[in-house]
Amino acid sequence: MVSKTKNKKSTKFSKAVKKAAGSYQKDKDMLIQILLDLQSMFGWLSREVLTEVSEQLEVPITQVYQIASYYKAFSLMPRGRHIIKVCLGTACQVRGSPQLLNIISAMLNMKPHETSEDMRFTLETVNCLGCCAMGPVVEVDKTYHTKPSPSDLRKIFESAK
Amino acid sequence: MTITLRIDGKEVKAREAMTVLEAAKEAGIEIPTLCYLEKLKPYGACRICSVEVERKGKVRIVASCGYPVEQGLVVKTRSPRIDRIRKVIIELVALTTMVDGEVAGEIKKLAKEYGANIHRFESRFRAKPTRCILCGQCVRYCDEVVGEHAIGFVGRGIERRAAFFPEKARACLTCQACFDLCPTGKIPSETDFVVFDGFSVDDYLAGEL
Amino acid sequence: MAGKRISSPEGLEQLRKGILSKRDPNKLIVSICTMSVCGQSRGSVDVCERFKEEIRRAGFEDKVDIRETGCQGFCESEPVVIIFPEGIYYVNVKPDDVPEIISTTLVERELVDRLLYTDPTTSKKGAKESDISFYKNQMRIISGNNRYINPRYIDDYIALGGYSALSKALFQMTPEQVLEEIKKSNLRGRGGGGFPTGIKWETTRNAPGKPKYVIVNCDEGDPGAYMDRSLMEGNPHSVLEGLVIGAYAIGSQEGFIYVRQEYPIAYENTIQAVKQAEEYGFLGENILGSGFDFKVKVHLGAGAFVSGESTALMSAIEGKLGEPKMKYIHTAVSGIKGRPSCLNNVETWTNVPVIINKGAEWFNSIGTEGSKGTKIFSLVGKVNNTGLVEVPMGMTLRQLIYDIGGGIPKGKKFKAVQTGGPSGGVIPEQHLDTPIDFDELTKLGSMMGSGGTVVMDEDTCMVDTARYFISFCCEESCGKCIPCREGLRTLREILTDICEGKGEEGDIEAIEDIAEVMQDASLCALGTTAANPALTTLKYFRDEYQAHIKEKRCPAKACKALTSYYIDPEKCTACMICFKNCPTEAIHGGKGIIHWIEQEKCIKCNACFEVCPPRFSAVRRFSGEPLPPLPAPGTKVIREKKR
Repeated sequence: MVSKTKNKKSTKFSKAVKKAAGSYQKDKDMLIQILLDLQSMFGWLSREVLTEVSEQLEVPITQVYQIASYYKAFSLMPRGRHIIKVCLGTACQVRGSPQLLNIISAMLNMKPHETSEDMRFTLETVNCLGCCAMGPVVEVDKTYHTKPSPSDLRKIFESAK
Repeated sequence: MTITLRIDGKEVKAREAMTVLEAAKEAGIEIPTLCYLEKLKPYGACRICSVEVERKGKVRIVASCGYPVEQGLVVKTRSPRIDRIRKVIIELVALTTMVDGEVAGEIKKLAKEYGANIHRFESRFRAKPTRCILCGQCVRYCDEVVGEHAIGFVGRGIERRAAFFPEKARACLTCQACFDLCPTGKIPSETDFVVFDGFSVDDYLAGEL
Repeated sequence: MAGKRISSPEGLEQLRKGILSKRDPNKLIVSICTMSVCGQSRGSVDVCERFKEEIRRAGFEDKVDIRETGCQGFCESEPVVIIFPEGIYYVNVKPDDVPEIISTTLVERELVDRLLYTDPTTSKKGAKESDISFYKNQMRIISGNNRYINPRYIDDYIALGGYSALSKALFQMTPEQVLEEIKKSNLRGRGGGGFPTGIKWETTRNAPGKPKYVIVNCDEGDPGAYMDRSLMEGNPHSVLEGLVIGAYAIGSQEGFIYVRQEYPIAYENTIQAVKQAEEYGFLGENILGSGFDFKVKVHLGAGAFVSGESTALMSAIEGKLGEPKMKYIHTAVSGIKGRPSCLNNVETWTNVPVIINKGAEWFNSIGTEGSKGTKIFSLVGKVNNTGLVEVPMGMTLRQLIYDIGGGIPKGKKFKAVQTGGPSGGVIPEQHLDTPIDFDELTKLGSMMGSGGTVVMDEDTCMVDTARYFISFCCEESCGKCIPCREGLRTLREILTDICEGKGEEGDIEAIEDIAEVMQDASLCALGTTAANPALTTLKYFRDEYQAHIKEKRCPAKACKALTSYYIDPEKCTACMICFKNCPTEAIHGGKGIIHWIEQEKCIKCNACFEVCPPRFSAVRRFSGEPLPPLPAPGTKVIREKKR
């Protein structure tokens, strides 16, 4: 007997994949775009979702995983509610982004590429957000903060529930 | 159409669309390779087959497995520059393939021939040896020849790994073609081909590769 | 937004006249950068909203237009507000400044002095571009229009003459003539390669096979470079127009725009621009009634620097992995799906309409013998006026950094300027009078690259800089070929060790050996150029490497493991500022009690050094020598000494 929960979940994923693939007319060339939409939808790409993509688009599962595991935009693990991205581009580097990363790591007791146990934060690094003139820059939930002081950071993290 | 080129001073006749490696092989000139297999499309990952080509007075280093023959091309398969390339490539890649401080097979042979010190960068190699040089023969063979797509690359850069997909494993029971292809012997020694213990995409996702 | 489809050159001119007739040339315009990350991150949206609110309240809507634009280049001073028609610049504007700007400048036509730009070297104030050192030495042929255009509103572009070059190309020139003009202009690729654009177009045009493709590479991955972002965000139609003209010359009916994932605003603005261009008939079938068809698809990247390499980018467009392929046949001959594909950088495409309109001869009058036209640079790092600058080729690095950039902040000494991103190198003081030119920079061991220009001062460690770039490439390497993947891994470990005081005799030779093999044998340009920063820092700053390895000393006092922080008890006034900013509570003391740093807790974040007021300068950094003794705990500040 197939469990009802498993069925519900797989329908949810297959529906989502059908929608994402459908918006690009199931065009295999648009695989990366489809995965980006699914990443945006679910916050990460699970085994189930990627298997659905492989089946619906008729693309080998190896190719789907090769792409999903290659790009920084995709996460193969669940992520925190709040995504913190510290820019480590050259201009930010020269203006102290490694120290900024240190400060944030110390404050949240996390290392880069980690998600906090309570799933509140995921700390990531980016190799250039393109905001180079006002570094160092940290992006928190799609909002950019330039040259934040430790007290600025404390306020930002406290308000991110 | 016949194309005439010179390889190591010897005049070689080749057919259009041949690569320098193929032309050399036919003329009995050996160029070492690690990721090349005749049945597969040239991949260019190991760079061991690098040669010097001279064209209109300009010298370039190219991968002979992919470089098309040209009329009047002058090729050198050995030179101080080429030998250094092969030596350093072996020194760089040997560490990840070592088992009990030793290398085997083609890596061992090349290390000897080119005077590579396989322990040269040992103190700076801090990763877990994977025993894989990412030559891609397994992945490519499964994709291009067998058509099963049971093994693939995951990850990027130094995190890149070859991983099996258990849902495709049934085909592997009777195939096992990649076992003999693997230049370091990793696949036959680490794969329980029924379960792909320790080598699957799920192991990768669990951070164990 | 856009009206009905235009089906002739006359129709385009009528449309333009119509748009202009509805615009009062005497109406005041308030131009604010809200459509760009820089402006947004500094609060320009709030400033803009305040303007809208106050203008509405005063009933001035028919007298004042608010123009929301993309990047205007003067990013360090955002939020920047420009008042037209005079072209008055106000910098670092806050929402509460808005009522004063309205009453003083918009109504009374007077200046608000305190909001004017102040030159960091002369302390003089400047109201217009001609008075502002950052702008007056620039030549903003390509980027200048950003301040007049709302990128989501095609009519703004048309009002400035937009799509007239396309019209001229389609109706007054043959494809061959367009190609000839670009060849004659000597335009070279602005993405880093500097390859002659005309020759690339010609190769694609002459290559057998159909269909042919044209591609915009907006996968600007060089850290520190954001020119393409500002163009794609701020003036997407200039890129589109160039692309269609190129497609016409080459004989392509289908194009792609690849925007990196880290640029969501640029992506959105591009999608909108394509839609509006289609509505007007600048894209699609029978463009302007010429019989020429061309359509465009926009692709979003997914976070991989190496995907900007041309074979990798084309692979990604095919839905395959964006990793480079071994290719000894140019992509211009065999690219997407094996078809002739012409890939050019964003800035390259924006030069095309300008060349068609003004002519190749005019373009050749700007720049040097080998490098014609202008180039946009992102002038960033340790420089006073950071932002995007567009200058004629041939300007010297010194002029760029000092005349336009306003020199090094906080009175620090210039050390080097890094150009060309991870493929480039550092250029020290003795070469600052080198003219900026593709070939001149290559002679120095660096390269122009895409235009990233990162200024470094005495506090920047050159070994750490090399380590940084090597780490960057190591993380971004696709991992396919051994020299790049394993070479970068090993180089990263060696350089990290050197920065941590674990350098060994023979390390420099090992770096050079690996770097040279990478240059010779890597599969793609990421691998062959990744070691350049290491090689150039060794070339010009070998002594820094030797200090790290032999003396375990970092001359710049930047490498954490080799540097210790110390508060000078003679200078400390116990003001508590560093105390409050220390993220690990490593600083002890109190009000009136001399502060001291507990070394075990100190994470060398540099916060105390940054926040200690310059008049005290009590925080000192030591490297390669022992720390002076700490004061006894509880030592009070002796105030008399300070008078």
